[in-house]
Amino acid sequence: MDEPLVRWDWIARNWDNGGPTSVKVLLENHIVMAFVPVVAGLLIAIPLGLACARYRWLYQPTVGIMNVVYSLPSLALFSILLSVTGLTQTTVIIPLTLFSLAVLIPAVVDGMRSVPDHVRQSAVAMGFQPVSRLLRVELPIAVPVVLAGLRVAAVSSISLVSVGALIGQGGLGYLFIDGWQRQFYTPIVVGIVLVVALALVADLVIIVAQRLLTPWARRTS
Amino acid sequence: MGEENLVNWLIEFFGSAEYWSGDDAIPIRLLQHLEYSFLAFAIAALIAVPLGLLIGHTGRGAVIVVVSANAARALPTLGLLVLVVLLIGVGTLWPVLIPLIALAVPPILVNTYEGIRGADPDLRDAAYGMGLRGSQVLFRALLPVALPLILLGLRLSAITVVATATVAAYVGLGGLGRYIIDGLATKNYAEVFGGAVLVVLLALAVQAGFTLLNRVIVSPGVRQVR
Repeated sequence: MDEPLVRWDWIARNWDNGGPTSVKVLLENHIVMAFVPVVAGLLIAIPLGLACARYRWLYQPTVGIMNVVYSLPSLALFSILLSVTGLTQTTVIIPLTLFSLAVLIPAVVDGMRSVPDHVRQSAVAMGFQPVSRLLRVELPIAVPVVLAGLRVAAVSSISLVSVGALIGQGGLGYLFIDGWQRQFYTPIVVGIVLVVALALVADLVIIVAQRLLTPWARRTS
Repeated sequence: MGEENLVNWLIEFFGSAEYWSGDDAIPIRLLQHLEYSFLAFAIAALIAVPLGLLIGHTGRGAVIVVVSANAARALPTLGLLVLVVLLIGVGTLWPVLIPLIALAVPPILVNTYEGIRGADPDLRDAAYGMGLRGSQVLFRALLPVALPLILLGLRLSAITVVATATVAAYVGLGGLGRYIIDGLATKNYAEVFGGAVLVVLLALAVQAGFTLLNRVIVSPGVRQVR
């Protein structure tokens, strides 16, 4: 193999070349398309998850639907949405939001179930009203389980965005298409490394957030 | 582009003789998809189930499980496919199968490991107390209890394989993904849509198959506990 895996001069030239496919722009698009579904997923999953934890009968059907949603291949969903939302970022963002929901709703429910019954009863006995009990007692205890789900959702979302490149909206995924078409390794390697690095950073940010949100866990461990 | 359009696309796709004969016939593409998916899935299961049982039972090598799970989640499928196929060479099936297998192993490995590790310690002790040897404890006591999680891992893996095999059409693999990739290349959106619907149906069938399998092979006692 004559072609080296990485040509550093290519990276230097294309990191910020001013065009729509400079690595920097692709990276920014990638972050937007990966980040929006996770945040939207969390905002939708919290109320839905709370409802499922409160009304037991909702749980089984919701998890059943989410399992089915999760089993759908991303490329197929992108292709189906293509007819509705066209070649836009929305076409990637909607399916990824659904995938995030499939991970986050069970996480919120499990988180609420991880609140020990005696804690809940103590809170009631101390005079907490339902809403403040939820916000000040139950949700903080649920944080580690919810954030564990959020880590999975964030990392998957970051890596799945690149499939969107096949419908023209894949952020860093464009580098895979580019590299394949030109039989050129460098963009592919750069794309993989950046996607994995982005996933690691997101993972770390959530871990730090968890430490900040649950100071009591640090003291005991 | 309204609903009417989508229905028309379906009629156009499924009604066209082009997709019912020759290399591009729907039954042929479906069989190809099943063949590649099953091959990758079976090889992955043959690697991951024994390894997961071993690591779970001995407790050694748990790092492999964690690392592989995280790597599989973070690695972009398309990038991996494109890189491996470019490195090994286009033409034969193996360059595409290797990434498929690599992505199919972690879900099985993690869940098999978790299933064995997470078994009630009392159960393990009781089995040893009854005089069972190590391997007997694993296969007679722990395996049945771990089965729901192992099946979950197999299901997630099968789903991953079906989805990845669709994407792999981009690097030349046959199967249902061809309709999506070829349709996109020629701006034949009826073909893209029809192909996507077929892939969704296949994914749903796989999902339903595993739900059924769960009912049949998991011991009723274990199922009630969960």
